[in-house]
Amino acid sequence: WRRGQERYSPVTQFTQCRVLREHRLQREDLWVRDGRILDPEKLFFDEQGYADQRVDCEGSIIAPGFIDVQINGGYGVDFSQPSEDVSSGVSFVSQKILQHGVTSFCPTLVTSPPGVYHKVLPQVKVHDGGAQGAGVLGVHLEGPFISAEKKGAHPERFLRTFQSGGIEDLMEAYGSLDNVAMVTLAPELAGSQSVVRELCRRGVTVSLGHSVANLSQAEEAVLHGASFITHLFNAMLPFHHRDPGIVGLLTSDQVPAGRTVYYGMIADGIHTNPAALRIAHRAHPSGLVLVTDAIAAMGLPPGRHTLGQQVIEIQGLHAYVAGTKTLSGSIAPMDMCVRHFKHAAGCSLEEALEAASLHPAQLLGLAERKGTLDFGSDAGQDA
Amino acid sequence: MKLIILNDYDQASEWAAKYIRNKILLFRPGPDRYLTLGLPTGSTPMGCYKKLIEYYKMGQISFQYVKTFNMDEYVGLPRDHPESYHSFMWNHLFKHIDIKAENTHILDGNAADLQVECAAFEEKITAAGGIELFVGGIGPDGHIAFNEPGSSLVSRTRVKTLAKDTIMANARFFNGDLSKVPTMSLTVGVGTVMEAKEVMIIITGAHKAFALYKAIEEGVNHMWTVSAFQQHPQTVFVCDEDATLELRVKTVKYFKGMMHVHNKLVEPPPSLSKKN
Repeated sequence: WRRGQERYSPVTQFTQCRVLREHRLQREDLWVRDGRILDPEKLFFDEQGYADQRVDCEGSIIAPGFIDVQINGGYGVDFSQPSEDVSSGVSFVSQKILQHGVTSFCPTLVTSPPGVYHKVLPQVKVHDGGAQGAGVLGVHLEGPFISAEKKGAHPERFLRTFQSGGIEDLMEAYGSLDNVAMVTLAPELAGSQSVVRELCRRGVTVSLGHSVANLSQAEEAVLHGASFITHLFNAMLPFHHRDPGIVGLLTSDQVPAGRTVYYGMIADGIHTNPAALRIAHRAHPSGLVLVTDAIAAMGLPPGRHTLGQQVIEIQGLHAYVAGTKTLSGSIAPMDMCVRHFKHAAGCSLEEALEAASLHPAQLLGLAERKGTLDFGSDAGQDA
Repeated sequence: MKLIILNDYDQASEWAAKYIRNKILLFRPGPDRYLTLGLPTGSTPMGCYKKLIEYYKMGQISFQYVKTFNMDEYVGLPRDHPESYHSFMWNHLFKHIDIKAENTHILDGNAADLQVECAAFEEKITAAGGIELFVGGIGPDGHIAFNEPGSSLVSRTRVKTLAKDTIMANARFFNGDLSKVPTMSLTVGVGTVMEAKEVMIIITGAHKAFALYKAIEEGVNHMWTVSAFQQHPQTVFVCDEDATLELRVKTVKYFKGMMHVHNKLVEPPPSLSKKN
């Protein structure tokens, strides 16, 4: 309620809860109106308003909604499949991942031929989330401008290099950069510098991954604007004490002042050894971003499933190529990753929650509106 | 004057809160009969406010039909600054109870015309039927609200420049940075508080002892403005032991001897004991 308003905007007050604010869990009520976090003091003094509805949270924690910047699909949906109706697949997944606490995500496309990008990208639009599903922040294009040596599960025949002048190659491959939030590329590819610069100029986050770059090449990319590392440790040169490679960005002194290099970690207990997770976390805690890198098999029940060209076998949190012990991707949902990360890193609950909310929001430049429960930010929250 | 002496800060806060609680209950406020309170800010009343919030949460009292008028506010400090008196009242009392925003009144230190703001405040008090109980504290220099030494004892709500002592005492709320403390304030006058039906002053801590001595054992003097209440028919001073350190043994013994009578004022009234 508020005095003198024409349109009725109900105010909801969440009581008996612990709110993650200013990096601490505080015993505070949370006020929401019109999908935004409200400052109750302003409501009281400026509008002489009060809550229309009170919700007793019985001591629960309210944290900002999780943001997953690398997710390839789930529940049988593969975002890289060029179907006629990509958007219903995206909506289906967006509704399902709400129960894992994810309120915003970047549907991720792995290396594909131009035809796939040209068909899929126009169908995925940036939009806000709500009760019906998590919001789409933009697409994450992982490839095809990556290293053949570190392709991982990406199909080699569709890898590309920068031929013409950089950005023309991008436009030829992808068709359009509208609705694109992030691009993963290998900085050692010739001509990458101008591409990195141009992408950053257009507001697209540049991430380094699937690469054999050494530390100087990685640092140069950062100087040109790269700000993320795709699944640290995986698909890159291992740490070497005389050339730490991309991993060395965590403690590099060449990162421009005021800028942070963030790094994605798959904390499912399988793709990264907990000791390696701890080394990264201790070296650079404020840059750690939890990602699921989930494949279409996430959310499916244990047993065999045919997904596209592959037969996958799900056993617990492992997804194998059927009949083998080869991992085919991650299937741990985000809330499980947060719990596992907290357990493995021995960090505080606040830090674990921020690795999945505040840090990805900061990475994408959205921290004013997302990733926190500060007054005025979007009210996508987990209880 | 009733001088109520409790052992420590917590007990003094509790006594004062119970007194206010009883005032609300015995007054029986309603939609056409509001209870008006004058309220202070600062570290002294914080314990009292905590207790009042407790009594509200236990269902003993409601602030639905209570009107409040705060004593003062800084000039030029943004309303949402963490050290503004608006923020103080919100965080330490209003947000925890069921008081309606339109029934709270705090001077606006950012008003376009400060004189008009002060005059309007006085009018609001009159329109509300005057103040039933004005709760206040005392500064180390014996001031009530921001009525610094030398303030007229018949003063009304107005703009005041703060004394150096007060600025220094308040610096602790501004990270010890004297340059950040506001230098002017809007304050109710001594005369304004004198017009309340009843006045309760809470005084705790050894650093207030000398001011208490000057206020009640010496004469009425505009250098120690709290002394004006010697001429008010209904004043209660609630203190802890430390605040009495500068008083005569005779004064303390006399009033301690009266405690068994004065404690009756904070016993739960029949309506409350029946509820429990």
